[in-house]
Amino acid sequence: MLSRILAILLISLRSLWMHRLRSGLTMLGIVFGVASVISMLAIGEGASQQAQQQIAHLGSTNIILKTVKPPDQEVADASEQTIQEYGLRYADAERFRETIPDAQVVVPVRRKPKQVFYQSRRITAEIVGTVPWYTELAPIKVLLGRFLTPMDMHYSQAICVIDETVLDNLFKFDDPIGQDIKISGEYYRVVGVVRQLSAVSGVQDDTSMQSSAQSNGVGGAVYIALTTMKNRFGETEVQFGGSTGMSGEKVELSEITIKVSSMEHVLPTRDVLANLLERHHKKKDYQIIVPLELLRQAARTKRLFSIVLGSIAAISLLVGGIGIMNIMLATVSERTREIGIRRALGARKSDIIVQFLSETVLLTLIGGLLGMALGACIPILVTVFGKMPTVITPGAMILSFGISAGIGVTFGLYPAYQAANMDPIESLRHE
Amino acid sequence: MSSPDAKDSHRQRKTVVTIEDLCKSYMLGHMELPVLKGLDLSFYEGEYVSIMGPSGSGKSTLLNILGCLDKPTSGRYLLGTDDVSTLDDNQLSAIRGKRIGFVFQSFNLIRQLNILENIEVAMYYQHVPKHQRRQRATMLAERVGLGDRIRHRPFELSGGQQQRVAIARALANDPLIILADEPTGNLDSQSGAEILEILNELNAQGKTIIVVTHDEQISSQTHRSVHLLDGQIERIQSNGTGE
Repeated sequence: MLSRILAILLISLRSLWMHRLRSGLTMLGIVFGVASVISMLAIGEGASQQAQQQIAHLGSTNIILKTVKPPDQEVADASEQTIQEYGLRYADAERFRETIPDAQVVVPVRRKPKQVFYQSRRITAEIVGTVPWYTELAPIKVLLGRFLTPMDMHYSQAICVIDETVLDNLFKFDDPIGQDIKISGEYYRVVGVVRQLSAVSGVQDDTSMQSSAQSNGVGGAVYIALTTMKNRFGETEVQFGGSTGMSGEKVELSEITIKVSSMEHVLPTRDVLANLLERHHKKKDYQIIVPLELLRQAARTKRLFSIVLGSIAAISLLVGGIGIMNIMLATVSERTREIGIRRALGARKSDIIVQFLSETVLLTLIGGLLGMALGACIPILVTVFGKMPTVITPGAMILSFGISAGIGVTFGLYPAYQAANMDPIESLRHE
Repeated sequence: MSSPDAKDSHRQRKTVVTIEDLCKSYMLGHMELPVLKGLDLSFYEGEYVSIMGPSGSGKSTLLNILGCLDKPTSGRYLLGTDDVSTLDDNQLSAIRGKRIGFVFQSFNLIRQLNILENIEVAMYYQHVPKHQRRQRATMLAERVGLGDRIRHRPFELSGGQQQRVAIARALANDPLIILADEPTGNLDSQSGAEILEILNELNAQGKTIIVVTHDEQISSQTHRSVHLLDGQIERIQSNGTGE
């Protein structure tokens, strides 16, 4: 049985080989169709995985509160004060810790981009004022030394922990531990070097940080104790210039992240938080981000994205299939005489159907395989040159291979059927 | 069952082909056009028969029916012991493959296959195992004198050689009858003579051969000549040759 199938395929291959150019051109339709399905799905999958990763790094059991500058109208009310006060406060963090039982970890963070100096070198880095249990939210690997400790907090120590980017920029050849770096005119002793395992902090960063990091071409973070930050930097940022000559902002915390015990608690806790904040903040100067919701949303978007991309590609596959059918119809009429001969020699209708169908299926399968190879290459090129992540899933491969085989059968059936139903006498007479 | 000319010297042998009151008509629009008008014929095992007649006499139609490519409108056609006038398409295909060997005027080899494969085609549809096919095809190629050309394609051979391949192919499944339709029509006299020689040989080995021809010379070599005219048997002439 198997050898017979093999024999049929071999014969089909011969017939295709006889018309190499025609077969090749016909195959191209399938090749490009399959390749585009695979690469479209790969691009869609890549985009969605990237989004999901980013969101997952935010933590699916986390709720992130962020300070946002209230809209301008409300600024006008406070304009006589010249110093505008907004954002999350230490009191908020305290309140969450006390009133929300499901909150396992509450991490207040203050971020500020600053220039960091060591000897003659300089880098603009994000100063992250936080607490020792920051590591419970953002996985961090300590490469050298140690991370912040409760003692640092308690005594507002002038120490800092730097990340790899800062290490590379400031301490190319030196051992950083025990060295002092200068931030805003004050010295901090480096006690540790860490690597941020989730490379997504940039996503959470406020825009000022991003823009400054971009302008310098470098980022990086310097972690210091929150209490130290409060003592040394204060909370008020004063800017000169503008209509009043001077304006200022007072922000206590950039961000509070709350981790709850399980995913079921995320949404109820979010509602409680929203209530609490609403009661204590006159202005809407905060934003609640729930990664879990984003995750779900991303999944929905992903599905839609894949469907749209996939169907566009599928249209090209369909066009390829129609091309094949067209050629097969031509082939059948061209080989009318051969069909007559075979019928006279004892071929049943089903034998003729099998013969022509196997040619079409073979054509599409070879096209499908080439398309898969091409489809595997295109996403790589997209990743290399387009800087877009792509993921080729085995599912996409199997799907497009199945589709191409399906197209072979679907579009091959009609020509094969037509071939089989030719009158043998007529076809023997055919020139 | 009676054959008026059976009084000839033939030993009484098994009939291979029997047709009784065979009619065939085609529909041309609403008009019925009778082509064969009630033929009665019997061919015996090992007989060499020619069917002659001017064009339009119904030769080709008779050949198509004998070859199971077409079905009679009415009447009976017994091939061996089976009534094939009532079979369906698949059964007819099987009959064509197993019991009938065709030799056409224009050779009708499949051009993408080589000589060996062309001979194998008929066996392929009878599901003969590959090695057996190969063996028999090689043997047949040698028998028609083309043992050294088995890997060639049809277009690399002369007309006479192609026709020899066609004869080998017709013999592939050891059929009951060989139907030859103007087998020398496309050949020069030299090749034609060779082909006739092979047919004669086959007949001498006991094959039943029915040849449709215009050529008096061919028909004179056969045992009997059936002359058709306007869809009816005009006369059956015994040539007294052979054996």
